[in-house]
Amino acid sequence: MSNIPVQQPGHSEPGVTDSENSIELKNVRGLSQAQIVRKRFFRHRGALVAMIVLVFVIVLAFTSVGTVIGDFKTGGWWAYTWNIAVAIENGGRPTLSLFPFAIGNHPFGQDEVGRDIFAVVMRGTQQSLMIMVIVGAIATTIGTVVGAISGFYRGWPDSVLMRFTDVIITIPVIVIGAVLGRRFGDFGAPILAIILGLVLWTGMARLVRGEFLSLREREFVDAARVAGARDRRIIFRHILPNAVGVIIVNATLLMAAAILIETGLSFLGYGVQAPDTSLGKIISENQAAFGTRPWLFWWPGLFIITIALCVNFIGDGMRDAFDPRQRRMPSDRLLRRAKLGEVDPGLSAAVTRRARS
Amino acid sequence: MATFVTRRLIASIFIFLAATYLMYNLVALSGDPLADLRDSTAPNKLQLIEARTVLLNLDVPPFLRYFIWIGGVLGLRGTGFFDLGVTVQNQPVNVLLSQAIGSTLQLVTIAAVLAIILGLVVGITTALRQYSGYDYGVTFLAFLFFSLPIFWVAVLLKQYVAIGFNDFLRDPQIAWWVIAIFAVVSGVIWASVIPGAPRRKLLTFAIAAGSAAAVLTYMQLTDWFSYPHIGIVGVAISAVGIAFGVTAISTGLKRRTALRASLIVAGVGIALYYPFMLGFSFYLAPWSIALLALVTIGVSFGIGWFTGGNDPAPVARTAAITGFLVAAVIALDRYMSVWDDYTQSSRINGRPIATIGSQTPGLEGSVWVLGVDTFTHLLLPTIALVLISFAGYTRYSRASLLEVMNQDYIRTARAKGLTERTVVMRHAFRNALIPIATIVAFDVGSIIGGAVITERVFGWTGMGALFQNGLDKVDPNPVMAFFLVTGSLAIIFNLIADLVYAGLDPRIRVA
Repeated sequence: MSNIPVQQPGHSEPGVTDSENSIELKNVRGLSQAQIVRKRFFRHRGALVAMIVLVFVIVLAFTSVGTVIGDFKTGGWWAYTWNIAVAIENGGRPTLSLFPFAIGNHPFGQDEVGRDIFAVVMRGTQQSLMIMVIVGAIATTIGTVVGAISGFYRGWPDSVLMRFTDVIITIPVIVIGAVLGRRFGDFGAPILAIILGLVLWTGMARLVRGEFLSLREREFVDAARVAGARDRRIIFRHILPNAVGVIIVNATLLMAAAILIETGLSFLGYGVQAPDTSLGKIISENQAAFGTRPWLFWWPGLFIITIALCVNFIGDGMRDAFDPRQRRMPSDRLLRRAKLGEVDPGLSAAVTRRARS
Repeated sequence: MATFVTRRLIASIFIFLAATYLMYNLVALSGDPLADLRDSTAPNKLQLIEARTVLLNLDVPPFLRYFIWIGGVLGLRGTGFFDLGVTVQNQPVNVLLSQAIGSTLQLVTIAAVLAIILGLVVGITTALRQYSGYDYGVTFLAFLFFSLPIFWVAVLLKQYVAIGFNDFLRDPQIAWWVIAIFAVVSGVIWASVIPGAPRRKLLTFAIAAGSAAAVLTYMQLTDWFSYPHIGIVGVAISAVGIAFGVTAISTGLKRRTALRASLIVAGVGIALYYPFMLGFSFYLAPWSIALLALVTIGVSFGIGWFTGGNDPAPVARTAAITGFLVAAVIALDRYMSVWDDYTQSSRINGRPIATIGSQTPGLEGSVWVLGVDTFTHLLLPTIALVLISFAGYTRYSRASLLEVMNQDYIRTARAKGLTERTVVMRHAFRNALIPIATIVAFDVGSIIGGAVITERVFGWTGMGALFQNGLDKVDPNPVMAFFLVTGSLAIIFNLIADLVYAGLDPRIRVA
């Protein structure tokens, strides 16, 4: 890499550089926005671990017991399924043990009828994951479109859309979810997810609107307009890419919220209905059995927490990646090493910042 | 200002009316209100259907039936103002609502206040100790609490906190290794919160671990869990400690007038201990306890004001906070003094922590015994609600304070030579509160939503039950009563958020 000084905006002479900026630039020179974001994301260790765990959970859930979408069915490598009871072994207790390590026939145990809890939990995880993705996609799309239109056009479209958003936001999510879930819960998990998506977009719309309100006053928008771009092109090609950080971060957090809302609704009885199952429904059905069969309760809860925790950590990593101000600081040990001269480019920017503050 | 409030209020009312219209129709269309009668085998089935149709105006389609309902609420139907109609069983909803509203609002208010205070304190301390072990630990815990389903936590609390603690109370013996673990954990926490060189951290650790071990051993030796008490010595120590602590945070210990005023207030509190415990506390009604709290704050404020010299306001503030906290400690001791009566009463049978309901039916006793009963019932649902919402506040207040601490005016304040307390409490904390105020107000709705689930787990017959029973029977009237309360709360809090925002931040004009 050559070290030709780059002329900075605001400095008249080439060769005069803002020290902090030049280090920042060295760090990201020649990289596209997506590459920079990816690089920063992978530096967030929590997010990376969360991502690996989440992928593992997804693969485990969908391959182990197979899945059913409408008439389309796939088998899995697990011997049992979630809806067929088999003879109870070992009093239904989990056969999973760590010392000595053994999986056994029913690692998570069986319920009182004899269904394999591993298969039930995997099916519940599938449903919860699917609901999470559908809710995230629908709510993000609606929220972005509504926010973009009201932020970009202002005036009466803004008033109408934002008053409508206010109306929806007044009703607590659990309440409107329960009312709609009672009506549409019988139609299966995907329909429930679509309904939830139609309710959860309000926060996203407000955020995107705020982002658009400030971005539409920027010079690049004027430039595009002078160049003759139409509104649609300005919105989608110029402003939206600049707002994508806010959108992605909130979409992740929305998905984590969606999982908890779905489990809450299923717990109240307004979510996924029998014969199908979801993680919240398993807990709801078995909470009375906690004294006698605690594994019916531990495993689904553990999977809810794992998924929600992973998605939250990924969201945090995304926020760090898109917002350079929230960068993680190096530890004291790394700082000392950096001062001793073993400068690592990723570090020095943070060092200068920490020294300044 | 007045124009702004009026305009916002009118807009809010219209939004709220639209929301009730939407909600009413959604509930009315969510199922068939006659389903149970259609399946029934009663010989007078048709008359029953006819009767219910007349009772609930089911012959009118929902989008028009709403106007019958809203007419009742606004008092246009000649049945009096705020008539919420009747349920499917022909019970007046007003009566059901007045029974349900107390317990739910109590739960939600206490949980919200505790979550805000805890979230602010933890968020601010983590921001001040950024990138310490404490910060990382709290960050991880906050993410974990975020991700917990509230009903799952609630069942765990029932199993381990309530049943476990009740079992423990039968024979309150603390094993020595439990004492050791508690001591080490408290030492580690304090050592990671309080900054300093390794040597000083070690000292912090030793002091914290030692005092934790001493307190637990004392409790063990005096059978404290069977006969909890603070006593005059404990009250005196805490009162002086509170006086110093509050002064240090509120005005700084250098301000001698403030310290003097707080110590006077603490002294008055200690002097009133025996008259209160043995005398007039027996003649108090619930409302007079609240009145007493107000009088305490007022008197303490007065003491601060008249001893405060030429700038009395901060001194009076310090004294008022001290007075309130000292009074709270004494009241706590008073509640503890009836603990034995409470646990031994025939209704409780030595298992005080309740898992079901909002009060023990048929329990009789003084105000203090009933108060303890309310506490033991509130304990678990409050913990569940606080755990979940406080995690969010921690993150917000940490982020907000970090943002402020990097501002230029903080550097200026430090460069002027102000003490760290002044910089943090006066310059940073006040500005950090601005965004937090908005978020907290918006969040009230979600706490109420969480309360629906919590009430269900703990078997409370509050507003959550009103909502659920109504929804199960496709009966809009009780559901709308629930929504009228929660929705108006949400709107009021949003309005308050706007005003607080304008009050805290002079850059925002509301005219």
